[in-house]
Amino acid sequence: MSSIGTGYDLSASQFSPDGRVFQVEYAAKAVENSGTVIGLRGKDGVVFAVEKLVTSKLYEPGANKRIFHVDEHVGMAVAGLISDARQIVETARSEASNYRSQYGIPVPLKYLNERVSMYMHAYTLYSAVRPYGCSVVMGTWTEHEGPQMYMLDPSGVAFSYFGCAVGKAKQAAKTEIEKLKLADMTVKELVKEAARIIYLVHDELKDKQFELELSWVCAATEGRHELVPRDVASEAENTAKQALADIEDSDDGDM
Amino acid sequence: MAASVINTYADPSMPEWLSAPHSTGTSIMACEFNGGVVIGADSRTTTGAYIANRVTDKLTRITDHIYCCRSGSAADTQAIADIVTYHLNFHKMELGEEPLVQTAAAIFRELCYNYRDSLVAGILVAGWDKKKGGQIYSVPIGGMVQRQAVSIGGSGSSYVYGYVDANFKPNMSKEEAVKFVTSTLTLAMLRDGSSGGVVRLGVITESGVERSVVLGNQLPKFYEG
Repeated sequence: MSSIGTGYDLSASQFSPDGRVFQVEYAAKAVENSGTVIGLRGKDGVVFAVEKLVTSKLYEPGANKRIFHVDEHVGMAVAGLISDARQIVETARSEASNYRSQYGIPVPLKYLNERVSMYMHAYTLYSAVRPYGCSVVMGTWTEHEGPQMYMLDPSGVAFSYFGCAVGKAKQAAKTEIEKLKLADMTVKELVKEAARIIYLVHDELKDKQFELELSWVCAATEGRHELVPRDVASEAENTAKQALADIEDSDDGDM
Repeated sequence: MAASVINTYADPSMPEWLSAPHSTGTSIMACEFNGGVVIGADSRTTTGAYIANRVTDKLTRITDHIYCCRSGSAADTQAIADIVTYHLNFHKMELGEEPLVQTAAAIFRELCYNYRDSLVAGILVAGWDKKKGGQIYSVPIGGMVQRQAVSIGGSGSSYVYGYVDANFKPNMSKEEAVKFVTSTLTLAMLRDGSSGGVVRLGVITESGVERSVVLGNQLPKFYEG
């Protein structure tokens, strides 16, 4: 406590002597324990994929979804504490709705992202609150500006991305995403890649069950954020499982 | 306007125009053409029967690419235009790009609707943006908003609806549109007692606005009985 290091992690309103805010870093840790979330921005839209970990067999399939509609044209995939994330979704929804009623047009993602980021950041400033234990990925596609995607941290920092990953296996997922030629790919192709990456990075030993959530917002949906239709999603999921099985087979062959 | 408003403080022997509020009994117009919009207005501001200003500018800048044509109470419409200008400037800074005409119209509508019981304002919002090009939105008394390819407003407009319907063509050239607006406003000014003076014009395109004036002796000639 005396000179350095200890005692500076109880409040978000106090720096440590070396200039860090520990509460924010702990919030980031909370996100790292969550199932992997990826966002891919192709030439004609944005695709979200979530590895939703199912912690009990007693849950109904499809419970505790991690992909949300913020507005007709904006989707949000969340990693971290689901209850914290739902509050962020709520905030984003009311921002989007207020913008629509004030200005008569759908909210530009750039603006929405700024507003939500400001909100998240406010929770890193005061001793009476804790930062949000979640990261969110927001995406849209518009006729005029094409696809756009942002990822937002618990610190309130956000960047625009071609491809992003957050959660347990973000490193492995990012390595896979970097291999893709995102700018040339269509959402149809990206859905398959997204499913494949989620299956690839899933750790079967640590987390047994998971559900794959897929959604997109693209030219084909006329700029609406929608869950990927069941037939397309199950095809992508089967291809992913097949690809994984092929890798395992070839690994066995090597040994 | 406001002949129905009873001013209880006015001396009954006092002429009506001394106490009547300034109002722009007006002829205004906006018309889309192939590269943007042409806006136009007469220049008369009246206080009852008295012409308080014969060279008024009823075409008011909101942003570099969005203007409005004001009709109704001069005070109300100037105040609304100022508020919308403030909102759009703020919005422009937040977004980092030029606001849309539709956005401007939505803010005008919001104000005109919420305060519909205390405002007398009929406004045409016209401008150019990179999303939809030249656009005109009419925000009449009551606070409705509607996009129109050509729109007229003010007391003088009632005399020239037929002329506009007969002569408007979509995708006119700039010269055709300017001539059409000038003629329509001239005809409105001839028939409407509370419109007159000069014709003020604005041509809004991607490159901004081009303002001009047609003086009384340069107006086109029509049959005057």
